[in-house]
Amino acid sequence: MVMVPKITLNIDGKSVEVNKGKTVLQAANSVGVRIPTLCHDPRLEPFAACRVCMVEVERGNSSALITSCSTEATDGMVIRTDSEKVLKSRKMVLELILSDHPRDCMTCEKCGICTLQDLAYEYGVRESRFFEKPDGGVVEDENPAIQQDTSKCILCGRCVRICAEVQQDYAIDFKNRGFDTETGLPFGKPRRETTCVLCGQCVSTCPVGSLVEKQAVGMGRDWEFKQVKTTCPYCGVGCTMYLNVKGNQVVKVTSKTGSVPNDGNLCVKGRFGYDFVHHSDRLKQPLIKKNGKFEEATWDEALNFVASKLSEIKAKYGPDYIGVLSSSRCTNEENYLAMKFARAAIGTNNVDQCART
Amino acid sequence: MSFGSGAMTNSISEIKDCKLIFLIGGNPTEAHPIVGLEMKKALRKGCTFIVADPRKIWFAQHAKLYLPVKPGSDNWLLNALAHVIIAEGLENREFIKTRTEGYEELKEFLKDITPEKASEYTGIPAEDIRQAARLYARSDKSAIYYTLGITEHTCGTDNVRTIANLALLTGHIGKLSTGVNPIRGQNNVQGATDMCIPNKMPGYQDVTDNAVMEKFENAWGVKLSRTLGATSPTMFERMNKNQFKALYVIGEDPVLSEPNQDYTIKGIKNLEFLVVQDIFMSETAKYADVILPAASFAEKDGTFTNTERRVQRVRKAINPIGNTKPDWQITCEISTRMGYNMGYPSPKEVWDEIASLTPMFAGINYARIEQNGIQWPCPDTKHPGTKFLHEGKFPRGLGKFFVLPYRAPAESPDKEYPLLLTTGRTLYHYNAGTMTRRSSGIIHKTNDCFVEVHEADAKELGIFDGEMVRVASRRGEITARAEVSDKVKRGVIWMPMHFAEAAVNKLTKDAYDNITQTAEYKVCGAKIEKI
Repeated sequence: MVMVPKITLNIDGKSVEVNKGKTVLQAANSVGVRIPTLCHDPRLEPFAACRVCMVEVERGNSSALITSCSTEATDGMVIRTDSEKVLKSRKMVLELILSDHPRDCMTCEKCGICTLQDLAYEYGVRESRFFEKPDGGVVEDENPAIQQDTSKCILCGRCVRICAEVQQDYAIDFKNRGFDTETGLPFGKPRRETTCVLCGQCVSTCPVGSLVEKQAVGMGRDWEFKQVKTTCPYCGVGCTMYLNVKGNQVVKVTSKTGSVPNDGNLCVKGRFGYDFVHHSDRLKQPLIKKNGKFEEATWDEALNFVASKLSEIKAKYGPDYIGVLSSSRCTNEENYLAMKFARAAIGTNNVDQCART
Repeated sequence: MSFGSGAMTNSISEIKDCKLIFLIGGNPTEAHPIVGLEMKKALRKGCTFIVADPRKIWFAQHAKLYLPVKPGSDNWLLNALAHVIIAEGLENREFIKTRTEGYEELKEFLKDITPEKASEYTGIPAEDIRQAARLYARSDKSAIYYTLGITEHTCGTDNVRTIANLALLTGHIGKLSTGVNPIRGQNNVQGATDMCIPNKMPGYQDVTDNAVMEKFENAWGVKLSRTLGATSPTMFERMNKNQFKALYVIGEDPVLSEPNQDYTIKGIKNLEFLVVQDIFMSETAKYADVILPAASFAEKDGTFTNTERRVQRVRKAINPIGNTKPDWQITCEISTRMGYNMGYPSPKEVWDEIASLTPMFAGINYARIEQNGIQWPCPDTKHPGTKFLHEGKFPRGLGKFFVLPYRAPAESPDKEYPLLLTTGRTLYHYNAGTMTRRSSGIIHKTNDCFVEVHEADAKELGIFDGEMVRVASRRGEITARAEVSDKVKRGVIWMPMHFAEAAVNKLTKDAYDNITQTAEYKVCGAKIEKI
């Protein structure tokens, strides 16, 4: 193993030792000093667009404001994250961002999980001296998965970068200039005609209400959801994801950076492929075929019928005339029980599933 | 096998640090998107890609070397790569001496497998094969990734062993970011295989080993059969011969997923009793005598094991929909009603029983995998799990070289069926499509069956992009939309497997690998006609 050299810096009076190559932001986070960010996502390269993560670095008798997300920590550095200069700059930055952002938190999907809302609250920024009416709005697009509202975009570029750096699909980019700047698809094309693969990674990284899961719109507030950590039921990668549940309904699927093995990333199937759970085609009642037609039965009737038929066939022909096919869709425990059922209850080794490859 | 166990040797987190990735018969950006992202990370960090695939997939477009291999000829490519490694002195002599056996036989056999000869079968220029062998052998962190493009052949096991030969020749195994990695297609392929195969008890303990069987007999309180069990292809064969009477199918749709649909249906119709347990009315369920409605993954507790051998929790988020029950509960209730009591309070107790009977899971329990899953083997509760396999030693002792001459596919294109049909999965859909085709976000992107045709072949046939065409094989015919481009190799057509109304398994051949009995979904003769 190559040993990475260590460096020591001072953050808010604390001595901090980190590996060389870490940023000031990472150094601060490593000792629990929180620095607010908007354009930062640990999955992405530093971008230093939002300027909210500014900290003060001592330079001899003077000092300077630097973006902590993009500045490498160096040996002997002295950093203040909460000086008056820092707080003043942060408020100013928030005011500037809010000058192009609507104040409709009461109906916004992201209310409660919006980083901008949290920071405006934390720093007491109610008004912007630069207020102008934010333009744009919900982009009309027939796709049922992703909803974009350009008026809420703060131009942090996280969606653009996750699409380019992580997905490498290059479907989203900045367009126009000044107050008119927004992110979007090329030439305002519908999503299905672009290189967008509907992975929703842009939704997962958006810190405000600009990109949201379309099907979850109006379905509930974040604090109403129970988030249940589970494993994706699709391919063999086994991404960790959270089912956001309200009542007995899965409202949306999210993940978190740092999750194993996917680090918060999900694909189109994992993030948007959950409607089948509540689909009206779900089988909801045991069915027994009588005279060629399926008729609803109670569990007792169905289970007793199955048990007696299998016992009868076992007695008549022997256990090796019966087989059990289990599935790689089922859990380990269910596969184990299917195997145990075949071997212990039926008495045959005729048990298999589709996954022998 | 070559190493002594079948699983990914490395972890997903190691992918980004690979220096060279040889991707053969796999399309991670579509079939395993998050593994695809890790490979894209590696690509950004300068990893060299060699991609062998009949289709110009995403990674083929970004590869240093793209080898457009003809389906069914992988053996020639892989053996020729080994030939070049030996002929040019690129082999790892120290590794071969200390950790392998059978080298001299392999060397002798490979003498005649030149890149020039391989080129005739594979359609890949000989110089590209040489170049690929040099790149693979010389990089210090070379990993091979493959999926069903390698295994879904009558020579699938041979292919896997031929891949293993390359790793053993170069010593590219048993190290970080360096190894041989099959990526599992379905969420719990690894787990289902670990638990539930006819000739093995859980954790690959042998049914023919008396000590193993006695251990289970003591734990379960019942005498166990020593008769070897039937694999699913054997079951269908016996059904067709009227030598099989009842089948209990849990969460599978063999009518759609087994090759040669007519044969599968005929077998099922011969049964006296068919029970299907599923979340939807599957194609197979239509033939059932009893259908038992199961709960989905969101409605139950348990574990899945991912492609890197990581046992991870599945957690119940909502109550079972309608009058459904989780699969585990249904199986237990049938068993108890048949006189063999299976009264588990919850899946946790089932897992504890598995861990107590299976050495490779002994150290895994629900409390330990509350945060993150653990990778087997994990022999005791102090063991952290195993990130990569085969460091220092293989389970079978020495790694074994196999001498594997080419075997032609069971059916090759001919005059009547001149095109080579190969099949696979797309990004937007999943296998039989029962889940994804009920998701509005997904069907927005694709919801109809298509067939990829090379533009030159299309021109000859007079077929235009977007036109509906008839695709036929000796076993049946279906209709699909033609996608004309240069993505697929000339003479090859490619179709996805997700669409019941245009089930590609009406066309595929029911020929199987001689060892795993995996079906040859990847090669059969076919033709395309205008409608």
